[in-house]
Amino acid sequence: MSAWRAGQIVSARRESASGRTLRIRLEEPVRARAGQRIDVRLTAEDGYQAVRPYSLSDIVGPQLLEITVEEVVDGEVSPYLVRTAQPGDRLEARGPVGEWFTWDASVAEPVQLIGGGSGVVPLMAMLRAHRRAASPAPMRLLYSVRSPAMAYYREELALAPEQLRAIVRHVYTRDAPAGYDRSVGRLTPESIAEAVLPAQEQPRVYLCGPDAFVDAVAEALLVQGHPYARIRTERFG
Amino acid sequence: MASIVSRGFTGRRDPEAHRLPPGQYRTVGFPVLSAGHTPHVDLTNEWRFSVRNVAGQERSWDWRAFQELPQEELTRDIHCVTGWSKFDTVWRGVSVDTLLSGLELDGAWVMAGCYGGYTTNMPLADLTGGRAWVVHEFEGAPLDPAHGGPARLLVPHLYFWKSAKWVASLQLLEQDRPGFWEDNGYHMRGDPWREERYS
Repeated sequence: MSAWRAGQIVSARRESASGRTLRIRLEEPVRARAGQRIDVRLTAEDGYQAVRPYSLSDIVGPQLLEITVEEVVDGEVSPYLVRTAQPGDRLEARGPVGEWFTWDASVAEPVQLIGGGSGVVPLMAMLRAHRRAASPAPMRLLYSVRSPAMAYYREELALAPEQLRAIVRHVYTRDAPAGYDRSVGRLTPESIAEAVLPAQEQPRVYLCGPDAFVDAVAEALLVQGHPYARIRTERFG
Repeated sequence: MASIVSRGFTGRRDPEAHRLPPGQYRTVGFPVLSAGHTPHVDLTNEWRFSVRNVAGQERSWDWRAFQELPQEELTRDIHCVTGWSKFDTVWRGVSVDTLLSGLELDGAWVMAGCYGGYTTNMPLADLTGGRAWVVHEFEGAPLDPAHGGPARLLVPHLYFWKSAKWVASLQLLEQDRPGFWEDNGYHMRGDPWREERYS
């Protein structure tokens, strides 16, 4: 297992009412792939430590990684990272880990990303890696989120498809922005079929979100002919 | 090593921290982590559990026969590699010792196979001696499919990915081989007290 590396928060930005992105500079370079996560360790003055895993939202360079943290009510680590920590503050990081739920430019097949809530974070790393590599592989992102105020990466995901090199579709489950022309509510088999790359194009699907979301979407995809082996999932409870 | 202090971090101290392996925190929920979607296994017509040794000798049970095996109830702490631990979880099922009895143990390693295709490997010694079970009840109710029902392996002294959900078989091996997560960077044994998370 890789060792703990010292890191420093170099910048931070709000993504939503409860989410914040931290850019972390590591003391030493790491080999990171889009979709992976790191363990973050915080140490208090008296030596008490707490560790939590966070998905990378961007790999800026071998020593410069971003995570997006959703604040968990009554959490121990996320409130610190979302509200207290400031640029210049130090922490430790281990990893990145995870070899299964990853994308890199060597993947030539079309890619369908499907995220629910903060499950969009590792998918954003994939979308950004795909854009940076100018990958010719078709890519789409379907992002299910409660409301515009909860949506991450708003400006970037509003860019034109040619700039983003991906087609982005938001689905709002509670409140929609003005001018949203679809009904508000959870993804249905119909709305999934309409938004995702069709099975005959044989896309690789990355699906990440809360457990019930992942199960419901995976079930619909299987019924629509996406083979089990092409659907990669990551979930949180 | 000089410790790196995160300015302004105080943390929340757990009075039962001595029950937490290094790097773990306590959760009261029951998070779900799995690689694919949840398979649904029909108990009457489909579910079957088997153990096989290297020579090919096999014992297997359908759901009814499995329920007639001696059942044990146990309370254990569980530890997930992603960092959460859950204390005092209550399970009901059949000891792996019971399942392996009558089988010649001709291999020192085991591969667990599952509905849905998941696999995980571990030393046979971690499954015997009253340390592992195939469980089908959690907290007094049938095990939910999202948590591995109808039945999952329970090896509470190893990280929880070894407690394979939807378990269908145990295959003895002469040599250790990586299962699904082990092939994707996770440790071959996974002892939380030694923090054997990743290989």
